[in-house]
Amino acid sequence: MKVLVCISSVPDTTSKINFIKNETQFDKSGVQYIINPNDEFGLTRAIWLKEKESCEVHAICVGGIDTDPILRKALAIGADQAFRVDINPMDANQVAREISDFIKDKEYNLIIAGRESIDYNGGMVPGMIATLINANYVSNCVSLDVDQSNFKATRETDGGKEEISGILPLVIGGQKGLVEESDLIIPNMRGIMMSRKKPLTIIEAKFQKLQTKTVKYEKLPPKGEVKLVNPENINDLIDLLHNEAKVI
Amino acid sequence: MAIVVYLETENGNFKKSALEVSSYGRKLADETKSNLYGIAFNSDEPLKIQKYGVEKLINIKTDHVFDAKSYADLLCKTFKDLEGTLFITGSSADSRFIFPIVSISLDASYATNVIEFPSSISPLILKRSAFTNKGFVFTELKTNYKIIGILNNSFGIFESESKLEVKDYIPESLESNVQVESIKEDEEKISIADAEIVVSGGRGLKGPENWNLVEDLAKILGAATACSKPVSDMGWRPHSEHVGQTGKPVASNLYIAIGVSGAIQHLAGINASKCKVVINNDPEAPFFKAADYGVIGDAFEVVPKLIDGLKKFKSR
Repeated sequence: MKVLVCISSVPDTTSKINFIKNETQFDKSGVQYIINPNDEFGLTRAIWLKEKESCEVHAICVGGIDTDPILRKALAIGADQAFRVDINPMDANQVAREISDFIKDKEYNLIIAGRESIDYNGGMVPGMIATLINANYVSNCVSLDVDQSNFKATRETDGGKEEISGILPLVIGGQKGLVEESDLIIPNMRGIMMSRKKPLTIIEAKFQKLQTKTVKYEKLPPKGEVKLVNPENINDLIDLLHNEAKVI
Repeated sequence: MAIVVYLETENGNFKKSALEVSSYGRKLADETKSNLYGIAFNSDEPLKIQKYGVEKLINIKTDHVFDAKSYADLLCKTFKDLEGTLFITGSSADSRFIFPIVSISLDASYATNVIEFPSSISPLILKRSAFTNKGFVFTELKTNYKIIGILNNSFGIFESESKLEVKDYIPESLESNVQVESIKEDEEKISIADAEIVVSGGRGLKGPENWNLVEDLAKILGAATACSKPVSDMGWRPHSEHVGQTGKPVASNLYIAIGVSGAIQHLAGINASKCKVVINNDPEAPFFKAADYGVIGDAFEVVPKLIDGLKKFKSR
């Protein structure tokens, strides 16, 4: 079995988000980059598969040289090989096309991506890849079982869950639930040492045509002071919510 | 040019988001002098959408269980039959499941998490929530076919009477590559995605046995219940209630947090909510910096009083 985990490099969850150059660029200064959390749940799930079945886990990222550290981290966590499509991606379609092109004739049985990246939150890449390579697709995937040719997955819906089963290949948009937060593999020294010897292959980008363009960014509007209500006069809160905020 | 809105239904009724998507489509159709058409699956009362400006509704009737690929194929075919150029949808989990497929099939550019009317129509530029609600991006859609996914509760619902023609479309039997079995949660329960009000509890509630406070408050407000990450990690509440950066996003009109300290990841996930209320006995809790209204006090005293007050308010 061959598994490909798609990884996005994103600002750490605690990052302050600022923009520069007249709000046309994201300000990277002082920002730590991490494996997108939704992808990290999927990566750990893939490593678990490796422990159960004989399978090979590859990681791929579409990004510039600055994303190599997160691919090295994926290798340290347990991926066998990493690939980086050498382009700073500008939209979801481009990422999906690069990855789909890479997948072509490599016979992956399972492609794990995250539900969405926590930076641009598009949530489109896994569904686009599935459509481009004509594979089955499960979004918001919270559990996954596979054997050599079949899968059984659980999708979280707005009002409950769905069990989806079918044959491989499968693309998932994964999230927490695939594994728990406490299950996430933290690389140990041996993993880190080994990751330096594992192959990280650079792939030339092919798709330059963009469907969308980021015109500019905007910061959140400044937040007004919180209005405090005395707990002794809780009806004041009801009054404010009704007459001022008009939400009840 | 025709604008086509995907109108989601639940048990035969239009979802509230369908009315919002229609309202958005109507305004855009007026500004661009276009027609507004709708596509729904299994609507029992198709005429109800007339009030929101849809001129023609294709009601696809199928007993095929929801499967994203089959639904996406039907939507693409119907969109083309209607000679649509712009597709507008909501932000439900199903919609986000279907439309990346539609996007590839139609070779259409797609913007999700759109929070307001286009800031420019030609070129089409959309303001989107990004960085998990810590910022905004203005995205231009450059292809001939375009898809807009609007965030719930972002635009509002506006009535606009139009003549409505309803056409039923019964597709030939569909084939699925997958088997889908739906597991419904409590039927009575309001989903976080559809809720106008969300009541959420954190570690400050001390244990799952105290969740009646959250549930009772949610019940009187007709709200969905949610929880912070530590609460779901400790197993006090199911993961499906976890809201925040790695949990479910919240974009409600009112979000009430009880005993939630307000970690940056939590605040990011709920920031799209319009009005935020925090009840916490720690005045230093970061949530007070993000909230519109705050009560510094013991949740076990404040919340029962709030419930009593709301009971009186509701019976007024």
